[in-house]
Amino acid sequence: MAETLLSVEHLSTIFELPGRTPFSASHELKAVNDVSFDLAKGETLGIVGESGCGKSTLGRSILRLIEPTEGRIVWQGHNLRDLSPRDMRKARRDLSIIFQDPIASLDPRMTVADIIAEPLRVSNPELSRKERRERVQTVMEEVGLAPQMANRYPHEFSGGQAQRIGIARAIVTEPKLIVCDEPVSALDVSIQAQIVSLLKRLKKRLGLTLIFISHDLSVVRLVSDRILVLYLGRIVELGPRREVFANPVHPYTQALLSAAPIPDPKIARQRGRIVIKGDPPSPVNPPSGCVFHTRCPIAREACAETVPPLDPVAPDHRAACLFAEEAMRMAQSGSEPEAQPSR
Amino acid sequence: MRDAPLLALRDYAISFATPDGTVRAVNGLDLGVQPGEVLAVVGESGSGKSQTFNGVFGLLARNATTSGEAKLEGRDLLGLSPRMLDQIRGRDMAMVFQDPMTALNPAMKIRKQLAETLTVHRGLSRREANAEALAIMKRVGIPEAERRIEQYPHQLSGGMRQRVVIAMALLCRPKLIVADEPTTALDVTIQAQILDLFRDLIAESGTALVLITHDLGVVAGIADRVAVMYAGRIVEEAEASELFARPAMPYTAALMRSIPRPDQDVEAVEPIPGRPPDLIRPPTGCPFHPRCRFVEDRCRRERPPLAEVAPGRQAACWFPFIDETAGTEAAQEAAHG
Repeated sequence: MAETLLSVEHLSTIFELPGRTPFSASHELKAVNDVSFDLAKGETLGIVGESGCGKSTLGRSILRLIEPTEGRIVWQGHNLRDLSPRDMRKARRDLSIIFQDPIASLDPRMTVADIIAEPLRVSNPELSRKERRERVQTVMEEVGLAPQMANRYPHEFSGGQAQRIGIARAIVTEPKLIVCDEPVSALDVSIQAQIVSLLKRLKKRLGLTLIFISHDLSVVRLVSDRILVLYLGRIVELGPRREVFANPVHPYTQALLSAAPIPDPKIARQRGRIVIKGDPPSPVNPPSGCVFHTRCPIAREACAETVPPLDPVAPDHRAACLFAEEAMRMAQSGSEPEAQPSR
Repeated sequence: MRDAPLLALRDYAISFATPDGTVRAVNGLDLGVQPGEVLAVVGESGSGKSQTFNGVFGLLARNATTSGEAKLEGRDLLGLSPRMLDQIRGRDMAMVFQDPMTALNPAMKIRKQLAETLTVHRGLSRREANAEALAIMKRVGIPEAERRIEQYPHQLSGGMRQRVVIAMALLCRPKLIVADEPTTALDVTIQAQILDLFRDLIAESGTALVLITHDLGVVAGIADRVAVMYAGRIVEEAEASELFARPAMPYTAALMRSIPRPDQDVEAVEPIPGRPPDLIRPPTGCPFHPRCRFVEDRCRRERPPLAEVAPGRQAACWFPFIDETAGTEAAQEAAHG
């Protein structure tokens, strides 16, 4: 087992939503709900889930770009949440992020060189102007941007090039961990492959550890070593990529994988699909017990009462389902569920 | 065997006058949509796939110029007055967009929006229209349809709104529905539901569906036939199974090699180098030649026409992959000597 780089322990991020009128009570939205996992040095952890599942909030909470409400983020022996603003700034050198919308995430009034250099001003104020400029040149080369682009402005760039700028900015401080939040979702298919290949190459060359957040299971399968599946703020499954894709245990993971479109008409039209009905429930008022029970094909009464723990189902592979064994049998046989749905 | 096409585009072109020059968004397009078929139009942004059909529906921006023909059942839509076009839209052909809110009036209850279409286009009484509106809400799988139909669009989830828009498109039993990225904004589990719905409705109503998308996975699941667009032109057209098994045009083949798959472990994809062409100053010859790994002199000089390369298959390429093993590395190397 590789060295643990980061431990997330019982992390929750709760948003207070105002009531509908000034007199009514406010609601709580638990965007991230009691999430724990370890991140090994050098691995890529893919976080998947549908909109509103809390995957972006989780990524940002880990970096304290959104302040978590409960739990610990253990980084190099310290809980990031206990660090003073000064120490946190220092830690930021090692922790970086790449955003989804490459153009919107770049300041339109700054030149490319200034955008890329900005994190250095904050985290490495000791660097001279010349040193900064050299560093910017190095990373621009690293991500495949021509040096003469340094003095241009973001609007002059296509989406793919803008994302290269975003990546250059993310690696300029020589970070150890980068959170990639849907980094290719806004790009054209042919450009996605360029950016994914670039990220994979950089990860290897610079020894990075990545958290790769995406709704696109194909992209996640391509880049990740391990997969974390989120549903309504909770981890429902966590395991090695091969395991999760080949033998998904949680009924939600099974449904998610079977809904992913496969670019091959033969397979796409023959495969059995697990279609889950309805929309995800509101995170403001999540279901009791297992959060997935309202849409689950094998839910029973117990599922509405007990929050299932994230238990081991195979080496390094955990799932939060009271009826994990039955779910596994169902996936293997591809048959209809044995149990009657509770409703 | 081909019947008379339902929609026929002939030498169809769209250009936009901009301060930087004329953008040739669609060029010399020939395309037929057969009654009852599902035709996927695939391309990346700027390929002209959406503009082609915005033009058919008379929805282009003011700086656009169209030329050529766009005939629905033999009647040219391009010269029609806005009033005539209004009669055809909604009744004979309907459009579904990526964002359902573009088609829904946020200030009107769902029931009223559906019923209005029926009273205007099909001349139903208010009572008949209300009953039919409710029936179609149930048909598109909206739970608690009686309650939902009395709500406003913002009270529905994205997936439900898209169901309502599909219901609305179906109201007048059109012969053609054009859906522009109808599931792109939806989550995968909801996307699967909506595609299933489309598949069922098409099968039972005999409506033709043109599905505009960038997602080859969606295409593989639903399309009978596929037209691939690049730089405002169709560069390949084939039955879906043929196209995926043996892409004939290097762009199609490259696109397929560049996408990861949810059902296979692959360690790397093969990106297409460069980026889509500038439509104000398009490349000479084949528009794909600057990015094509099989480029030869002729590709730089002359633009290949869309031509039949095998029965029922068309490609715009001087050196298409057409033999049995086409699409494989060896065949591609061989074809290009």
